[in-house]
Amino acid sequence: MTETVAHGMPGIEALSLVSKAEAKQSMKDFKSDQEVRWCPGCGDYAILAAVQGFMPELGLAKENIVFVSGIGCSSRFPYYMNTYGMHSIHGRAPAIATGLAASRRDLSVWVVTGDGDALSIGGNHLIHALRRNVNLKILLFNNRIYGLTKGQYSPTSEVGKITKSTPMGSLDAPFNPVSLALGAEASFVARTVDSDRKHLTEVLRQAAAHPGTALVEIYQNCNIFNDGAFEVLKDKQQAEEAVIRLEHGRPIRFGADQDKGVVRDQATGDLEVVTVTPENEHRILVHDAHADSPTTAFALSRLAHPDTLHHTPIGVLRSVGRPVYDTDMATQLDAAVEQKGKGDLGALLAGNDTWTVVG
Amino acid sequence: MTSQVSSPAEQAEPADQQGGPGSAGERRTPDGGKEIRRLDRVIIRFAGDSGDGMQLTGDRFTSETASFGNDLSTLPNFPAEIRAPAGTLPGVSSFQLHFADHDILTPGDAPNVLVAMNPAALKANLGDVPRGAEIIVNTDEFTKRPMAKVGYATSPLEDGSLDGYSVHPVPLTTLTIEALKDFGLSRKEAERSKNMFALGLLSWMYHRPTEGTETFLRQKFAKKPEIAEANVAAFRAGWNFGETTEDFAVSYEVAPATTAFPAGTYRNISGNLALSYGLIAASRQADLPLFLGSYPITPASDILHELSRHKNFGVRTFQAEDEIAGIGAALGAAFGGALAVTTTSGPGVALKSETIGLAVSLELPLLIVDIQRGGPSTGLPTKTEQADLLQAMYGRNGEAPVPIVAPRTPADCFDATLDAARIALAYRTPVFLLSDGYLANGSEPWRIPEIDDLPDLRVQFATGPNHVQADGTEVFWPYKRDPETLARPWAVPGTPGLEHRIGGIEKQDGTGNISYDPANHDHMVRTRQAKVDGVRVPDLEVDDPTGDARTLVLGWGSTYGPITAAVRRVRGAGDRIAQAHLRHLNPFPANLGKVLEGYDKVVVPEMNLGQLATLIRARYLVDARSFTQVNGMPFKAEQLAAALKEAIDD
Repeated sequence: MTETVAHGMPGIEALSLVSKAEAKQSMKDFKSDQEVRWCPGCGDYAILAAVQGFMPELGLAKENIVFVSGIGCSSRFPYYMNTYGMHSIHGRAPAIATGLAASRRDLSVWVVTGDGDALSIGGNHLIHALRRNVNLKILLFNNRIYGLTKGQYSPTSEVGKITKSTPMGSLDAPFNPVSLALGAEASFVARTVDSDRKHLTEVLRQAAAHPGTALVEIYQNCNIFNDGAFEVLKDKQQAEEAVIRLEHGRPIRFGADQDKGVVRDQATGDLEVVTVTPENEHRILVHDAHADSPTTAFALSRLAHPDTLHHTPIGVLRSVGRPVYDTDMATQLDAAVEQKGKGDLGALLAGNDTWTVVG
Repeated sequence: MTSQVSSPAEQAEPADQQGGPGSAGERRTPDGGKEIRRLDRVIIRFAGDSGDGMQLTGDRFTSETASFGNDLSTLPNFPAEIRAPAGTLPGVSSFQLHFADHDILTPGDAPNVLVAMNPAALKANLGDVPRGAEIIVNTDEFTKRPMAKVGYATSPLEDGSLDGYSVHPVPLTTLTIEALKDFGLSRKEAERSKNMFALGLLSWMYHRPTEGTETFLRQKFAKKPEIAEANVAAFRAGWNFGETTEDFAVSYEVAPATTAFPAGTYRNISGNLALSYGLIAASRQADLPLFLGSYPITPASDILHELSRHKNFGVRTFQAEDEIAGIGAALGAAFGGALAVTTTSGPGVALKSETIGLAVSLELPLLIVDIQRGGPSTGLPTKTEQADLLQAMYGRNGEAPVPIVAPRTPADCFDATLDAARIALAYRTPVFLLSDGYLANGSEPWRIPEIDDLPDLRVQFATGPNHVQADGTEVFWPYKRDPETLARPWAVPGTPGLEHRIGGIEKQDGTGNISYDPANHDHMVRTRQAKVDGVRVPDLEVDDPTGDARTLVLGWGSTYGPITAAVRRVRGAGDRIAQAHLRHLNPFPANLGKVLEGYDKVVVPEMNLGQLATLIRARYLVDARSFTQVNGMPFKAEQLAAALKEAIDD
């Protein structure tokens, strides 16, 4: 998805059943009348602006768009979108959105969640939504901390994190959300950063166009409880060494002057970062987001160092076609009508074994 | 146990008064063959190992009996293990069936006939069988090891422990293998048909029609015709064995219960099936697609299975990753305008509690079907109990009132489901439907309703603005209520101009915007309560034929059959007692307080430790007496009658 039509992206299969907007929309159309109440400086503002700014591109009737969230700072998101929305309970947004998307294929359903919401209390729902491949777009705001409950470590916090609940440092190893999603065989997995509006928007575009569940991890700064957590990826100079920008069909190179590259270790099959030389240049891996197997995407996701975030891949790691749950569910309903005819309640209630009592 | 039949209450259930089957005359066959006795009712219990196919045998006998036109009531009873260790007491599975030529209410207290497929089945069930009853035993299993396994040092068939019973020793296994010797089956395969041999024998004893079973077997084993024919052969061999063997000198007739039933077309139906059909019917009557979000749990899974077979009614069934996702998906579908349902049992309700609270806050229609089983925790998955009433009533954080509807008989599950759907849709609220294991698996005849007589459950979705602001602009307020029902508008996604956001945080009255205002919260809590309190439910009907009873027995849910049978006994013995049965537990019928005031004594029998009694005492300051039983089984009419008599005489 690179080109946008005046208003609407009518060719997108994932959105083909959703009503189109009658007139051209602007960012303003997607702003609700509610005052935004995140802390000043929160990364959520940038994501909200990017989403509101990108929505008009889709050209969908906004009454056919629904945002569902769980609990946490990020989960206030739906209140600020002038669409239908539900701010639900902790961790359950993917389950609720699954019921909605499975029963209403004419809707574009988005889930907004955080690292605690999606990966801790709601971990089960997340992996099952990914495995089912329901037509949902899941935006996972990862700030590596619990913000709304005022600063406890989260399932993505680095080991040894000092917080109110871990004064001597946290003990448990963090989840890498992208690895987790790939492990659940998600059909679309991407990572982006709150402050990079252009990259964020491009990833959202691709997610929106994807039929099935799309998981977008968005690194988001919590300037109150975990300020600067992603600074290494944002600071221009440091980012050159830290960030690996993935583009489908392009060699995976990064660093100042693109002097670094990713190659496959011939012995183990694992991936490693090398300094590019004329001798090894031909070995630089070309990114294939559409590969059937999630193996290489998973290996890419493991390049990032959990503490320093060095060698963090961003962009679309995986985007493959897989049967979509709600489509298949509708197909079964149609097939049942074809095989048995439209349901006849009278015949159902009577069954096959009846007897008659004459008054 | 025909709920549709309001038989005169003064008419006692005569046969229930006696130990044995009621005799209604006898005659001989004209050709001087075997004697045929006519009975007005019989209670049969099939018992065997959980792998012996006793539930199937019972189901088939029930179908034969239903198609013959008897009134009937069944009590399947089986262990939670799929195959408990063979030949042990915990592995015994049984199926009790009570059938009659008149209106009956329960599966019966004590069997007149016990079929025991092995020593464990005999030992586990003998205590329930009164002296004089007939016992058919599979003698092939009464060898040293199986007997030793259950602690029989000597054979009960020989040591006199069955004196006083009418014992029919039948080598069921040997006879079955012999009957199937030409089928080329292994011994083990042939043995499996011994339940069909037993069914054939019992079918002969009680003159049951056989075509249905033969058709059933051929359909069930359509892919293995040789197994189908072997089962049919075993079934016929059992029948012929009864007809030719000296040991079975008498067969019995129980005439169809023609006078017990109003005119109409009938079928046999279990509670879970009636409930499933109720959901499909509610979907049609509301003109909304049905969405079930569910996680497998005994004894509710049958509803998931049944609904998943009816996709041609537009039914979507979603087997979720857990109980929470089951109700979550249902709530999401409700937001989208579906008739949404989640089905579960007590442990599942515990997991769903937070989402039920969200549904209370969102004020969306949602049916929560709880097929209660023994608790706490995993408890007794396959046994019945009524101990989730207070969980349904109060088991959530905050003030989160939810209407509660409870069916009283298996067939009544159909009507109760339609009623629960009515409340959920009209008042935009989650509603509990409290069935239980006894209703779920038990069955009875059901008069098939006319589709045209079903209630109209259609609702109006919001289509446009419902409020004019001070400046004259028209807006949509998601929490502006209907003055009559206090229901908020149901505005489904896809409706232009009504885009709105709702959530579990307290909302400002009217606008639905987040509000932490103390006075608003107080108002919203009271308004949600007032909405549920104001749900229209019919007045409680009291059955007091003499009009001067001083004692009232008040029940709810599946105790209806046993309580009514007990009341008939009490009245038959000349005592006066009034009976009332609650379908609506929240809100209670408006006249309940007045009804309770009218009696000196109120007895509340429940399969818990007195949960309804607690509610009644708190709400109406009535000195209600609890009579409770929590053994996983329904009340027995005789025992309940004694308790009622005691209360009357006290």
